[in-house]
Amino acid sequence: MGKVFAFHGGIHPPENKHQSSQSSIIKAPLAKILRIPVQQHIGVAAKVCVSVGDKVLKGQRIADAQGKFSVPIHASSSGTVCAIDLQSVPHPSGMNALCISIETDGLDQWIEHQGLEDFRALNKSQLIDYIRDRGIAGMGGAGFPTAVKLHLSDDHIVNTLIINAAECEPYITADDLLMRERASEIISGINILQHLIEPSHVIIGIEDNKPQAIRALKEAIEHSTYNIHVVSVPTKYPSGGEKQLIKLLTNVEVPSGGIPADVGIVCQNVGTVYAINKAVRLGESLVSRIVTVTGEGVSKPQNYETLIGTPFSTLLDAAGHRENNTARMLIGGPMMGYSISDTAIPVVKTSNCIIAASAREMPEPEPSQACIRCGLCEQVCPAQLLPQQLHWFAKSQEYEKAQQHNLFDCIECGACSYVCPSNIPLVQYYRHAKSSIREEQQERRKADLARERFEAKQMREQRAIDEKAEKRKARADQAAKAQEAKKLAAQNADISPENALDKLKSALSDTQAQIVSAQQALDALSGNSDASSSDTRLADLKLQQAKTKAHKLEQSIQDFKASDNTAIIDSKKLKIAAAQANTQLLKAQQALKTAQEKSLPGIEQLTATIAILNTEATRAAKAYSAVTPDAGTGSISKTSAPASASAAKQAIDLKKLKTAAAIARTKLKKAQTQYQQLLDQDLQDTDEAVALKEQLQLLGDKADATETAFISAKPEQSQAAPAAELQQNYDKAHKLYHKAFDALQKAQQANSPAVEKMQLSIDKLKVKLDNAERALNGATQQTTTVPTITATTGNSQSNVTPPVDLDKLRLRYQKALAAVEKAQLEQNPAAEKMKVAVDKLKSKLDSAEQANLETTGNDQPSTAPSQTLSPALQTDVDKLLKRYEKALVTLDKARLDSSPAVEKMQIAVDKLKAKLDDSLQQAPTTTQAATESVEKATTPGQTDQEKLQKRYNKALLTLEKARADNSPAVEKMQIAVEKLKAKLDNSQPQPAITQVVTELVEKTATAEQSDLEKLQKRYDKALITLEKARADNSPAVEKMQIAVEKLNQKSVNAEALANSEASNVLASISTESQE
Amino acid sequence: MAFINISSPHVQRPTKTADIMRLVIIATIPGLIAMTFFFGWGTLINTLLAIVVALACEAACIKLRKRPVMFFLKDHSAMLTAILLALALPPFAPWWVTVTAVFVAIVLAKQLYGGLGQNPFNPAMVGYALVLISFPVEMTRWTSPFELSGNAWNVLGFSDTLQVIFLGWSETIQTLAHIDSYSGATPLDTLKHRNGLTTEEIWQSSTVMANVGAWYAVSLCYFVGGIFLIYRKIFTWHAPITLLVTLALISSLFFAIDPDSYADPLIHLTTGATMLGAFFIVTDPVSSATSNKGKIIFAAGIAILVYCVRTWGNYPDAMAFAVMLMNLCAPFIDQYTQPRSYGHKQAKKGSYNPEKQS
Repeated sequence: MGKVFAFHGGIHPPENKHQSSQSSIIKAPLAKILRIPVQQHIGVAAKVCVSVGDKVLKGQRIADAQGKFSVPIHASSSGTVCAIDLQSVPHPSGMNALCISIETDGLDQWIEHQGLEDFRALNKSQLIDYIRDRGIAGMGGAGFPTAVKLHLSDDHIVNTLIINAAECEPYITADDLLMRERASEIISGINILQHLIEPSHVIIGIEDNKPQAIRALKEAIEHSTYNIHVVSVPTKYPSGGEKQLIKLLTNVEVPSGGIPADVGIVCQNVGTVYAINKAVRLGESLVSRIVTVTGEGVSKPQNYETLIGTPFSTLLDAAGHRENNTARMLIGGPMMGYSISDTAIPVVKTSNCIIAASAREMPEPEPSQACIRCGLCEQVCPAQLLPQQLHWFAKSQEYEKAQQHNLFDCIECGACSYVCPSNIPLVQYYRHAKSSIREEQQERRKADLARERFEAKQMREQRAIDEKAEKRKARADQAAKAQEAKKLAAQNADISPENALDKLKSALSDTQAQIVSAQQALDALSGNSDASSSDTRLADLKLQQAKTKAHKLEQSIQDFKASDNTAIIDSKKLKIAAAQANTQLLKAQQALKTAQEKSLPGIEQLTATIAILNTEATRAAKAYSAVTPDAGTGSISKTSAPASASAAKQAIDLKKLKTAAAIARTKLKKAQTQYQQLLDQDLQDTDEAVALKEQLQLLGDKADATETAFISAKPEQSQAAPAAELQQNYDKAHKLYHKAFDALQKAQQANSPAVEKMQLSIDKLKVKLDNAERALNGATQQTTTVPTITATTGNSQSNVTPPVDLDKLRLRYQKALAAVEKAQLEQNPAAEKMKVAVDKLKSKLDSAEQANLETTGNDQPSTAPSQTLSPALQTDVDKLLKRYEKALVTLDKARLDSSPAVEKMQIAVDKLKAKLDDSLQQAPTTTQAATESVEKATTPGQTDQEKLQKRYNKALLTLEKARADNSPAVEKMQIAVEKLKAKLDNSQPQPAITQVVTELVEKTATAEQSDLEKLQKRYDKALITLEKARADNSPAVEKMQIAVEKLNQKSVNAEALANSEASNVLASISTESQE
Repeated sequence: MAFINISSPHVQRPTKTADIMRLVIIATIPGLIAMTFFFGWGTLINTLLAIVVALACEAACIKLRKRPVMFFLKDHSAMLTAILLALALPPFAPWWVTVTAVFVAIVLAKQLYGGLGQNPFNPAMVGYALVLISFPVEMTRWTSPFELSGNAWNVLGFSDTLQVIFLGWSETIQTLAHIDSYSGATPLDTLKHRNGLTTEEIWQSSTVMANVGAWYAVSLCYFVGGIFLIYRKIFTWHAPITLLVTLALISSLFFAIDPDSYADPLIHLTTGATMLGAFFIVTDPVSSATSNKGKIIFAAGIAILVYCVRTWGNYPDAMAFAVMLMNLCAPFIDQYTQPRSYGHKQAKKGSYNPEKQS
């Protein structure tokens, strides 16, 4: 302790302290009227608690503190309150403020008061309040409420208490004299502060130009047991500045904008400490202070113990004021004090000095010259600023730059002005700049507040409007729901299968119509170059979803028809599902429209809608699945009835597994679509992506599990060569898929642009995998039946055929793949490419037929006679082929002249009808032929039939894949493919032909009936599609027509195939029967 | 009662701008005496001429700008500029060169920018640079110092000098043929145009180098004057000492690398305008950087430029160019050399950035 550091800058103005420090403090004469301002401190003014005419005693409270940042005011002497009004008060501006005037009675009679016997008995907070109630505020100059400073140790760690006794301002000797004469009281006051703040050490900082005061303090400390240091600092202005003194004594800097307590220091003025002591020990309120009266304008410079409220003129008169020798009247020191023009203003708690300066000692300032940037100001600035730069900025009103140069760290000590050789009133410039900036900030704050208020009001109003609208909407919804319920009730009353079917049909047609319109919109959107591609893709996805939903509806209709007797509840469910799908579609359309209107912000809405659609779709699917098990078991029981019990069981198991696999697959697909959506959204949100990926993997695992279950279901067949081969194939594909999937994940992590391409190839692979799976399924099914074949025929040739067939199929499949890839590579005239793909598919179908022929050829040795035995069937096949050719011709024609396509379509449809009729007529013939040989052997035929079925499935799958891959053509092809799928679904019961073959032996009529119905359905669907196409006179019509044509073609194909298969079967049956 | 009502502070140090200028002028007197002693009356005549012209120009400009003439004339800034300029010019510089330089310095470089405190460039150096470029013959015709080793003080007579200055060199040489022996090159000139000789050989062969002591003496006088000003706290040590140290370091480095082709550090420090520049030009507060750190950068930049131009440039000396170039940089330097203010963790740098403001 005791080491003194240094602060930057500082000046050595003439001290002029000796004039007033020669004589000791004397009591100032009692003024006749004391004018006591209610605000003598920083913070809130005290509230007057006396009224005019009241008799008051010395030390009686006359104004109460208001809030924390306030101190009470006490009467300085006894007398009568004669006025409470505005009077001029000590202030640089010479302003007026509320004062309580007391007409003194000359008795100077104290109010009853008593100090605290033991201040340590009170708790700290009470003691601080006690100090506050005595009206103590900082007496150094600022008048900071002392209680507030004492409370600082509550939330700050204060380890140093600094008593500011530097008194660096020239002229002033009030503190000096106080310390000289009343050192022990000061030390006693410090003890009180020590008790309150509990600092680890106390330092009294005092300039070394007060040796007597230093000596007095040191003597006083000797009698004290406390750890107090008196540190004399070099005389240099402004060492008495709080921050500068802290730096001097501790070498710590108070952070800019902070307070000393932030660095663990509390500063108290020595006069304040004295006042605290008086308040605590004697119970005396702050009613007087020491004031230096000095300057050449007074004959007897002197320190006076002055009552607060005493007019300065009283003091000046006492000191022998020479008015003619006074040019300037200053309150405070010459460096930071302010000039006054009225000496009638009262002494307040912060008044430490009044200087009546002669013109000689404080001459009028010379006119200021230009700043030559000499930098003297910089050398003396205690705040380490660049005063000359601040001056330039203030002068040019570049306040931002001034702030950048730390204008607000200026303590206005005046050192720069003091040294300025050009007489520039620098401090004045800074004051002006500061106030301008503050004003600006205040204005800005006000404006901000006004704006906030306005915005809040607007929001409030908007909210009210929104709430109203919402209520209205809710009411409308309720009404609509009630209406719906009523309608439903009415429908329930006269519900019948026919009605339900009709409704479903109409719902379907609606849905389809919506799909078409959505597609149109999509076309328009994709045509619109402005619309973003992501929008288009999104819409596309939505469309696909909608289509799947429509497809599901179709299926449900079919199921409904198939199981006529199913409960009405099911139909209701379906209806609801349909309605839901319908509304969802409508929503999707609206969303699409909005997306068209505003391309970007709509995306979010769209995604939301899609999410809803997704859930709805799953719900619909559930509803559907609720119906399908019934139908499924029904058909299975039908199928398995004639078969042996064990075989039937196996078949059921396999089928179940198959369906499970299919469900897993669709789920996987859905997940993938979702994933695609996510990609489209450009939502690289990894969490969601990861979740989806996990889902995908889960689904994949599920599919795998199904697969393994499936494999385990046929362990006895696993040794069969083709199955093993297929298994390998499948495994390969599976591996490839997984590899690709991994690659995709990587690519997604890398965020590469290849992601979409990868996705496409993954889809492809998936389809491939599905194919392989199906092939495997087929193979296993085959193998299940193969033993029976070998058992009955003993012919090992049949065992050889399946691999050959499979190889061929695989080749074909690869070809199709290549074609699709080609189409993918040359993406632009996609429609044409797709045509190529379709052609290839056609050829594949042909080859499938050929393969079939080959199979029969292989069987030739044993089946040769059968061909002659079934000429009727051969002719049937020929007929169907012819029909098929005709259909082809029609299709070509329709394609060629596409303009009046609708009429052509009509013709095509008519032809289709005729064909249907034909096939209907044929059916009994086939059955009759079948009955002849049916008794002999049913199983081999069934096997063949299934083979074909598989082949057919494969071809269809390839087509699907082509569709999935060929993105630009999707819109057009999708319709065709959907139809194709529908056909496939229709032809799925085609095994029923085989079944029929077997069943016909017992019930021919039933089979006929079901076939008829199915064909009827197909026809109805085609019609609906056509009508839809006709209704929408859009560019899509032509495409639709083509699609329908294709559809027709496919159906013919299927029929032809089915027929040929049937004939083959019959042939083989007959052969076997012969054998 | 009519007390003066003004804001604080109410006391002021008596030192005024004029006092500062006067002190600086006083500090130049030793140098002026040395110049006159070693190089003859030319410098003194030039100085007086420059002062007269400077005051006249200043007064005329202030008058035209409608300012109180005497108030501004009394700041002594014009006189100081004139003296510094005259000290930099060759002693035999014709009168019109001096007049031109002073006119440019006072009118163009100072008053047109708004007078004292507003000029971005050091006025004396602007005037000097202009005449150096415009009148290379006159500006490089230096006077040879009288030989200390000789018998007595032997410089060109006062009247002869007047004749040279006011009538011109070519006219005077016709009547006063012997004046030719009073002209010579400066040491820097000699070292610059060395005709393939090594530094060592120049030192041995050149008469100019033999008389280098005269320059040493003049530089010493400037140095003494500068130290006096530092002592009187007219300026801080930062700029002059940095300049001298930097110049010494660079020249030492190159001299150490190749003593044959580079001049030694002492020559760089003591000849040419180094000392005059270091203490009287670089310290010009108006056109230099503001903060102490800024002054160090400013002076170091000048030293580097001076050395570069002297060694590899076209001119034997380069104080004027270096000072003017660094004058250009001063505002920029100021932006990045703000001192760390009290209570701040670090100094603020760069221009005002509203986002940085808390």
